[in-house]
Amino acid sequence: MKQYDVVIIGGGVIGASIARELSRYKLSMALFEKEEELAFGVSKSNSGIIHSGTQNPPGSLKAKLCVQGNALTRKIARELGVDLKKVGSLIVAFTEEERLELLKIKKDAEILGVPGLKIVGRDWIRKHEPNLSAQACAALYASTTGIISPYRLVYDLCENAARNGVEFHLSSKVEKISALPVSDGKSGPRFEISTPKGSFRTRYLVNAAGLYADEISKMAGAGGFEIIPRKGEEFLLDKKREHLVNHVLYPLPTEKSKGILIIKTSDGNPMIGPTAHDVTDKEDLSTSDAGLKEVLESARKMIPTISESDIIAYFSGLRPTAGHDFIIRHENAVPGLLNVAGIQSPGLTSAPAIALMARDILKDNGLILRKKRFFHRHQREENHLFAIPLDKAKKLVKKDASYGDIVCRCEMVSAKEITDAISRGAMTLDGIKFRTRAQAGRCHGGFCTTRVMKILAEKTRRGLAEITKRGRGSEIVKGERGND
Amino acid sequence: MTERELIIIGGGPAGMAAAIAARENGVKDILLIERDQCLGGILNQCIHTGFGLEYFKEVLTGPEYASRFMSKVKSMPGIEISLRSFAVRLTKEKKLTYLKPGKMEKVKAKAIIMATGCREKTREMVHIAGMRPSGVFSAGLAQKLINIEGLLPGKEIVIVGSGDIGLIMARRLVLEGAKVSGVVEIEAQSRGLARNIVQCIEDFDIPIYFNHKISRIYGKNRVERVDIVRVDGNFNEIPGSSFEIKCDTILMSVGLIPENELIEMAGVVIDKKTNAPVSGELNKTSIPGIFVCGNSFKVYDIVDSVTRDSLIAGKLAAEYLRSRR
Ligand SMILES: Cc1cc2nc3c(=O)[nH]c(=O)nc-3n(C[C@H](O)[C@H](O)[C@H](O)COP(=O)(O)OP(=O)(O)OC[C@H]3O[C@@H](n4cnc5c(N)ncnc54)[C@H](O)[C@@H]3O)c2cc1C
Ligand SMILES: Cc1cc2nc3c(=O)[nH]c(=O)nc-3n(C[C@H](O)[C@H](O)[C@H](O)COP(=O)(O)OP(=O)(O)OC[C@H]3O[C@@H](n4cnc5c(N)ncnc54)[C@H](O)[C@@H]3O)c2cc1C
Repeated sequence: MKQYDVVIIGGGVIGASIARELSRYKLSMALFEKEEELAFGVSKSNSGIIHSGTQNPPGSLKAKLCVQGNALTRKIARELGVDLKKVGSLIVAFTEEERLELLKIKKDAEILGVPGLKIVGRDWIRKHEPNLSAQACAALYASTTGIISPYRLVYDLCENAARNGVEFHLSSKVEKISALPVSDGKSGPRFEISTPKGSFRTRYLVNAAGLYADEISKMAGAGGFEIIPRKGEEFLLDKKREHLVNHVLYPLPTEKSKGILIIKTSDGNPMIGPTAHDVTDKEDLSTSDAGLKEVLESARKMIPTISESDIIAYFSGLRPTAGHDFIIRHENAVPGLLNVAGIQSPGLTSAPAIALMARDILKDNGLILRKKRFFHRHQREENHLFAIPLDKAKKLVKKDASYGDIVCRCEMVSAKEITDAISRGAMTLDGIKFRTRAQAGRCHGGFCTTRVMKILAEKTRRGLAEITKRGRGSEIVKGERGND
Repeated sequence: MTERELIIIGGGPAGMAAAIAARENGVKDILLIERDQCLGGILNQCIHTGFGLEYFKEVLTGPEYASRFMSKVKSMPGIEISLRSFAVRLTKEKKLTYLKPGKMEKVKAKAIIMATGCREKTREMVHIAGMRPSGVFSAGLAQKLINIEGLLPGKEIVIVGSGDIGLIMARRLVLEGAKVSGVVEIEAQSRGLARNIVQCIEDFDIPIYFNHKISRIYGKNRVERVDIVRVDGNFNEIPGSSFEIKCDTILMSVGLIPENELIEMAGVVIDKKTNAPVSGELNKTSIPGIFVCGNSFKVYDIVDSVTRDSLIAGKLAAEYLRSRR
């Protein structure tokens, strides 16, 4: 039976960050993910903001890790060639009372070490954010807020970790965890995990299972917390509205969330949302008319010109909450088990800081860390036609003819980018969409779905009827014509 | 940069008619650009009959109708056809950039005719609450899957909207052995042609629900069922009127949007609501020398009228070029 030093459960941004961090050391490691592709959990449906670190309760774990994570993410994005845009953010005040609140938020944030903060007034706002409501009287500007494509970050982290020796097991749901008798206490495996693809043993187990972290903790014999999903509905606007705002805009935060934001996204489409309501079903990714109404009303309070007809897509995500803060701890009752759970917002931002903390906790609990002589820090960059100037595109087309073969008309994605995505692990239409943006534009795949299906079927040697949207059960068609 | 008299973008019925008329009216240097592997546009997937009644006084299928124009365009000297060529940028100086496998070309034209057709509205543009499983298609995509790719999109279908494409697809799916459980239309009557209501819906006993809408989609991976609810004159849901239909597929036939992003980029004034060029006169735009015809000028019901009006576009472009000589 295959045996590892460390097994990570969960291929979201947390598992991916920990995998990459630990791949610097001489360890045998594997990551298990139940879905057919990485980043198909919470990490695919969020706001994509690398928060500066304002608006978190002082003294909390997430407050500290968010500030650290912001700086670390910038470094990692540079190393991996992930597009991170430092756009800055504004928390907007509409009344004198709210303006005073800003001063308090600024003071709290400065204690946490958030750099680049300043209060700006009406004139500044008019000049730098002309579409913002005339009612806005002041704002707290934070220069370090950034935007990133969350799934592309996960893909790049994982590819880099794989390059540095981490094994990835997809479609591998961990169904059972057994504690092994500690015959060889010093170095032997302590857990055996069962998946549909076989059983594996490991000495350390990192639980980064997002919404299911409570179940994994229970399976491993610890339990100790319950994950409550908190739903956030988000609505994407047409790329034509790209310059609607120049910063990420927040209202004043509430008890449960940062409120309804106006978000710039790394792909250009502005986004409005998210709502924040606790639900019971961990698979309930539905959106609602009430959610749409709530988001539109709040968004219009900031940017009055937003209209329902600007919306070209919508989705919802579930924040895995376990109380008010993250849970990152070694379970002393179950030696070798590290729970990284309840990673609600700002989990995307905090991920690299969480990874360092996880590393240190493992080390404190006996994991021997010896640096590899050579660590592949950098990642080869990918080309996206939509992101480069036309004369650069011209050179690419000359070099490889299939860059000139446009598959997706709305987002200008070529056949070459689709085949690249497949060779880097995309197995589903959503996987291709997240990597390349094909099908993500204003016609939603009306034009390119059949072509993308054909390329995917050919490259992965499957029939067209086997192609899925996001894994088994989500097949696109119900078979071929005439043969049932 | 090479220079051409007239560039036509889009090789559907509109682009082909415009090319023919421009040539017949004396334009000798025409470049016709089409992103697909062949001319014909959307007609290639419309294998049903009903085309050509007005123009040819004959009953033709879509591909038959298109092929008559294809042979004519191909036989005319002075019309160069560039297939698999995707126009990606247009400026107000009429400089056009297009990509084809292995090549990126930049050409300047004295006049431009846009005939890029339209796209379908999708589920995303009319918010429908609920899950986002696979099995939600625009009707035109479903038509392409069946007629061009030979695939069956689903077995138990609900159609949203009663536009012509949806109606035609209802019949098509029944003929393929699928069950069409209903057509749901929010208005009090259909926007489709009367003949399609009779021949595609009534003849097949398909229930059609006027003044109704889908209020929720269920299913994690694949569509499992939908809630349908009655609406009042202001499209508000009537409480207590909700019922459920089991289905694995939803087809959206809720309208078409002219495809005009290229000329919008060039600075042509576009109507925000309809996405058509703001224009006082057939086929003209706010920039002299940039013309638009066919479904990208306005959404037409039948192709015969597209041909009729697009012939005029070719003539207008020829007149424009003559006036500037
Ligand atoms: C609406 C919304 C907006 C947000 N916006 C932001 C933001 O702007 N900035 C920010 O910093 N944070 C944001 N967040 C928070 C952020 O998205 C999360 O904190 C982060 O994605 C959590 O990552 P994760 O790896 O813990 O979870 P996940 O991405 O869910 O990863 C866990 C993985 O474990 C897998 N798994 C579960 N059970 C098993 C099993 N038994 N076996 C194998 N695999 C299993 C799952 O399939 C999943 O892929 C937002 C969250 C939401 C919901
Ligand atoms: C699904 C459907 C069913 C229909 N059924 C009927 C019917 O039964 N009877 C009837 O009379 N009419 C029917 N019609 C209407 C009729 O077919 C259309 O009105 C007509 O085809 C429109 O012609 P067009 O040339 O404007 O657009 P299209 O046929 O859509 O042609 C546009 C062309 O432009 C090309 N193009 C677009 N953008 C670019 C670019 N950037 N670069 C290069 N090329 C580009 C496209 O590939 C396409 O070939 C139907 C229409 C649809 C959509």
